[in-house]
Amino acid sequence: MSTLKYALFTGCTAKQSTPELLSSTLAVADKLGIEITILEEASCCGASHLQDFDEFLAHVLNARNICYAEKLGMTMITICNTCQLNSAMTKHALDSDPKLKARVNEKLAEVGLEYKGTSEVKHFLYCLIDEYGLDKIKEKVVTPLSQFNIAPFYGCHNIRPSELHHSSNGGENPYVPTSLDELIDALEGNPVDYDHKNKCCGFHVELQANHTSEVLAGNAMLDAIDNDADMMVTPCPLCHLKLDTYQDDVSKVMGRDVELPVLHMPQMVALALGATEKELGLNFHVQKATQFNPA
Amino acid sequence: MGKDTRKVDIKAFRFNAETDYLPYTKTYTMEVGKDELILDLMNRIKWEHDGSFSYRRSCRHGICGACGIKVNGKPVLACKQNAMELLDLFNNELVFEPQSKKRAVKDMIIDKKDFWDKHAAVKPYIVADVEPHPTSETKQSIEEFNALLDADLCIQCGSCHYACPALQVNEDYLGPAALAAAFRFTADTRDEASQERLEITFETGVGVWDCVKCYECAEACPKDLNPIEKITKLHNMQFEQGVARSNIATRHAEGFVRSIRKHGFLDEADIVVYSEGYLGMYKHLKTAIKMLKAGKIHWQDGVPFIDNMPKIKNLDEVQKLIDISMTNKL
Repeated sequence: MSTLKYALFTGCTAKQSTPELLSSTLAVADKLGIEITILEEASCCGASHLQDFDEFLAHVLNARNICYAEKLGMTMITICNTCQLNSAMTKHALDSDPKLKARVNEKLAEVGLEYKGTSEVKHFLYCLIDEYGLDKIKEKVVTPLSQFNIAPFYGCHNIRPSELHHSSNGGENPYVPTSLDELIDALEGNPVDYDHKNKCCGFHVELQANHTSEVLAGNAMLDAIDNDADMMVTPCPLCHLKLDTYQDDVSKVMGRDVELPVLHMPQMVALALGATEKELGLNFHVQKATQFNPA
Repeated sequence: MGKDTRKVDIKAFRFNAETDYLPYTKTYTMEVGKDELILDLMNRIKWEHDGSFSYRRSCRHGICGACGIKVNGKPVLACKQNAMELLDLFNNELVFEPQSKKRAVKDMIIDKKDFWDKHAAVKPYIVADVEPHPTSETKQSIEEFNALLDADLCIQCGSCHYACPALQVNEDYLGPAALAAAFRFTADTRDEASQERLEITFETGVGVWDCVKCYECAEACPKDLNPIEKITKLHNMQFEQGVARSNIATRHAEGFVRSIRKHGFLDEADIVVYSEGYLGMYKHLKTAIKMLKAGKIHWQDGVPFIDNMPKIKNLDEVQKLIDISMTNKL
C-alpha cells in the first residue's frame, strides 16, 4: 500500500481545550505510517453558530480552508464531527451550485485563492477504516484493549444528515452505525451496545438551553454506565467536552452519579498501538482517565 | 422465489388507553414479500391476525401524512417505506412503535395535539390585507417562489417533530415542523406577518435557539425536506431583519465572527465570557476551575482569557474575507 497522505484540519478544539486530541491523532498517524500535513492556515469552521449568523460568510471561510488542502493535492481530514459537517456542507453547496461557487470564488480571489472542488473532506475515523483498513490496524495492536467495555458514542455530525455524509463515511447508517464498534473490535476491546450511541450529546445548546443539554448528555452517559461501560469513546471533541467536562452538572440534573471517562477516538487507537503517556494526554481530562495510561 | 419473501417476526407496540394500564408488545409472524410496504404489513396484522390493531392511514400516496410511525426507532411513513429495505437495515427484525409512546391512544395512534398546537402558534398561513373582491391574482415571480425552498411540501406527518430530542426534554420548544412552517410563510413575499413570526421564533426556550443541531429532523423527514436547513434560515432572517436582540444565544452566534477575526480560531474561553457577560460567568466558575486544573485553558502570557491565543497562518486573509463577505451586521 502506498503511503497515505492527508491534510489535517485540526479545528479549534484540538488547538485549545483538547490538546490530547491532536497529540494522539499524530501518534496514531506516526504508528501507522500515515503522513499528516497540518493546515496551519485553516480557520474555524463556524461550528454551526457562525452559520446561524451569516451562512454566506461561513461558506467563504470553509471554502478557504479546503483551498489549502487542494493546493497540497490531498484529502482534507477532520478530527471533529462538527468541522466535518460544516466543511462537507460547504463543499456540497459549492459543488452542486455553480452560482454560489462563483460568488464565493469572487471573494476568495481577493486573497489570491480559488475553490475548485478537487479535495475530498473526510473524518479521520473513516480514513482509518476505509482507507487504512481495520485488518491492518489489528496487526499493529500491541496493547489489546480486551479488559475494557468501551461504549462507542458516534456524535451527530458524522452520521447525520446521512445523504451528505454517505460519500465519505462508508455509507454508515445513522440508525445502526457500526464503524466505531468495528474499530473497538479490531483493537480487541468489548464494544458496549446501548440505545444512545447515535444520539445527541447536547453540546451546542450548553449556554442557551442548559437543562436540555445536561439531560441529553445524562441520558447517553447513564445508558452507557447501565450497560457496564468502563469508558466512552467518541470521534468528536465537542461531544468529548460536553460529556467529560460537565459530569458534575449532569449528575445534579439527572439525580444520579455520572462518572465515566470519555476518550477521543484517536486516544483509544493510540492506547492500543502503544503510544506514550505524553502522546495520549489523558491528564488533560476533567473526569480522571490516567488509569488507562500504559503501566 | 425463495429470495422474494422472508419469514419475519414483527414486534408491535400494543396499548389501549381506555382499557390497558400498561403497554405491551405482541409478536406477529408472517412471510414478507419484496414489494410490501410497512403499511401492507400493518394491514396484514389487522386483517390476518388481530382486527383490533389500530393505526392511521388514508391516502396511501405519501401525501396525507397520517401513517407516520417508528420502525426500530426510525421514523417512517408506512405507505412509502419498503419493508425489505428495513429488514436489511435492522438484521431481519421489525419493531413497530407509535411516533411517541407517551402520547399513544391506541396502538400506533397518538394524540398529536402538541404538534398541532405548535403548528398553530407560528401562524402557518399568509397574513395579508387583500381586497375581498380582487380583480387580479397576487402573483409571485419564480425567484420569489424559489425562496421558499421546498418548505411548502411538508405534509405535517410529525416524523421530524417526534424524532427531535430537544422537544422530548423541553415541551415548550416549537420543534422542527413548526419552525419549518414559520420559515415557509415568513419567506413568502405576499406575507405581512414576518416580523411577528420572527419574534415568536426568536424567544429563547421556545424558538430557534433551542435547536440542538442533531439533524435527527433532516434524517427523519420522509419527504427529504431538511427542516434544520429552514431553522438556519430563520436564524439568518432574525439577524437580517433586525429582530435578533443581544442575548446569550445571539452573542454566541455573532461572537464567532469577533473571535475568528482576531485569531482565525474560535477563542473558546472568550466566546463563553462574551456570550454570558462577565456577570453571567459565575455559573461557569466551577467548570472553568476544573478545566484550568486539567490544563484545558491556555494561559501563555500568565493570564487566561486575554490575548493568549494561537493565531492561524495568513490571518490577514480571513480578516479581509470577513470584511468583504459578511452580509449581516454585528
